[in-house]
Amino acid sequence: MTDSPILELRGVSKSFGAVQALYKVDFHVAPGEVMSLVGDNGAGKSTMVKTIAGIHAADEGTIRFDGQEVSISKPQDATGLGIATVYQDLALCDNLDVVANLFLGREEVSPGFGTASRQLDETRMEHQTGELLSNLAVTIPSLRSEVGTLSGGQRQQVAVARSLLGEPKVVLLDEPTAALGVAQTAQVLNLIRRLRERELGVVVISHNLVDVFEVADRIFVLRLGKAAGEFAAESTTEEHVVSAITGVGSGERKKDESAAADPVDEGEKQ
Amino acid sequence: MSDAAVGSAGSAGGEESLPRPKETLRRLVQGDLASLRVVIGLALIWAIFQFENDRFLSAQNLTNLMLQIAATGLISIGVVYVLLLGEIDLSVGAVSGLAAAVMAVLNVKHGWNPYLAIAAAVAVGMAIGVLQGSLFSRFVVPSFVVTLAGLLAWQGALLQVLGSTGSINLTDPKITGLANTFYSDTVGWIFTAIVVGGYGAVLFLGHRRRLGAGLDSESLAGIGVRFALVAVVTIGATLVFNSDRGVPLAVLILLAFVVGMEYVVKRTGFGRHVFAVGGNAEAARRAGIRVNGIRIAVFGIAGTMAAIGGIMAASRLLAVNQNSGGNELLLLAIAGPVIAGTSLFGGRGSVWTALMGALVIGSISNGMDLLALSSAVKFMVTGGVLLLAVLVDAVARQQRQGSGRV
Repeated sequence: MTDSPILELRGVSKSFGAVQALYKVDFHVAPGEVMSLVGDNGAGKSTMVKTIAGIHAADEGTIRFDGQEVSISKPQDATGLGIATVYQDLALCDNLDVVANLFLGREEVSPGFGTASRQLDETRMEHQTGELLSNLAVTIPSLRSEVGTLSGGQRQQVAVARSLLGEPKVVLLDEPTAALGVAQTAQVLNLIRRLRERELGVVVISHNLVDVFEVADRIFVLRLGKAAGEFAAESTTEEHVVSAITGVGSGERKKDESAAADPVDEGEKQ
Repeated sequence: MSDAAVGSAGSAGGEESLPRPKETLRRLVQGDLASLRVVIGLALIWAIFQFENDRFLSAQNLTNLMLQIAATGLISIGVVYVLLLGEIDLSVGAVSGLAAAVMAVLNVKHGWNPYLAIAAAVAVGMAIGVLQGSLFSRFVVPSFVVTLAGLLAWQGALLQVLGSTGSINLTDPKITGLANTFYSDTVGWIFTAIVVGGYGAVLFLGHRRRLGAGLDSESLAGIGVRFALVAVVTIGATLVFNSDRGVPLAVLILLAFVVGMEYVVKRTGFGRHVFAVGGNAEAARRAGIRVNGIRIAVFGIAGTMAAIGGIMAASRLLAVNQNSGGNELLLLAIAGPVIAGTSLFGGRGSVWTALMGALVIGSISNGMDLLALSSAVKFMVTGGVLLLAVLVDAVARQQRQGSGRV
């Protein structure tokens, strides 16, 4: 990780009433890096993503974006900075076609008088959609198919492609391979690699460690709201990550806690 | 550019990228077939009534039929917008009656200029729609309930506005002319030329534009067929009208609103957002669309179109009375678009279904009148047709869900 991080969290905490959802978490992702965020249910993964995406403001700690300290208190702050989030439910309109979904809320209109009566520039939108999707090597039968007719993998890819229209620098993907078949998962993982090639900082939340090891550069483990280890994907094993996630394993636990202090090196030692 | 996307298929893409002909077939079956279904249904209805009574397809009766459906069709245009949101507006009948009463009172009792009276009536309809839309979206009350309350309240308002007489006769030629003006043959042909020429130009320019941007476009043959169909229908209609009293102004008004409102819903950002809210309101909200703004605007449109339809109905009846906008008008205005393929579940449909649905229902009603059948039979048959259409809609939806489409 020679690059300086594009997104960095330092000592970020968030509690909901008596529940401490995140406690002094340090986290960073660099451009052209895929950072995987793993942890058991209730470990704080969602809270962390929502904090970055501006849905919950952090209680304490600092967030730096591109070296600058920033405050993210609402979703518009995050998108304004260049942080795009693809949620698990994708938020696509099944009754609209691929082009319409990609440009939803930021349609291109032809020049003309009156804002309400201006015609949508379908030609330009379709052209741009075609270019974007073929750059990403996304396979869709027809750009004019309704999104509801697409497979889960294709829908996921459309949702990711849509997040790229705003030219983000960081993309957060919430469980992008959940409920996908083998071939579709492979497509989505390919797409994630292509995001890395585009020098985006990618944060992938996943339950599936196989997928995580397939695509991630680094793996960040949360347990009960605390950082429970950070590993370089190349030099660690699934076992280590699992024990960090569950907190089970006699010697592991200590290692993990020291791992939190000097994470990557510790991971490499193991 | 879809070919390019298919061409650059990723390693794992093979098994799920459908071959194009199959995709085209699916679009035909689940998209265009809905309108084809209505055309076939209409042809059947016309054939049956023509067989039973050979005056049914006479120029005079067809002209009457078009005049009968003008008001319902106009109201249905607003209903289509509401249905696209997946909502319902039960007040359109009452609003149409109230708006007509406002126009009649202002024009007849207060001597207002007819255009001003019409404008005031339309404004009343729009204000009512905006009010109902605001209540619905602000307090998250089901639109069904808000507009049901409206149905009762605006009926009361109609009685109030009409006052003790209970009926007002319209005599102003500007107002009665709306439903009772017929154009000469020459003027009719000029309108025909504008419609056919305009449609051809839109088709051809759109085709050129897509090719110019390097996108694949429908073949010239396909465009030719569509153009020919529209031209034949338009010219045929003009021939029929001209061999009776001429092209009616009411039909031109209906057609202009259908085309205009179809343009808004299919070609503008606003229309796209209406479809988005109807398909997945949460997705629309996250995409930055002001969902409540869209909802209020759509109910405003429904109120406006109801008022315009009410004015047309009053013009045809030459009066406004306590029954204006009452009886089965509301139900027919909602049933029409649904029969013609606009989904009750939101997000699917077109403004043309307002016209086609009104034609289907109007034909059944008109034909049974010619056969001198009783109201009892008319209601039962219309109810049966509506039930059939809703079942077809529901089955189509289940099939979409079965194949992963919602």
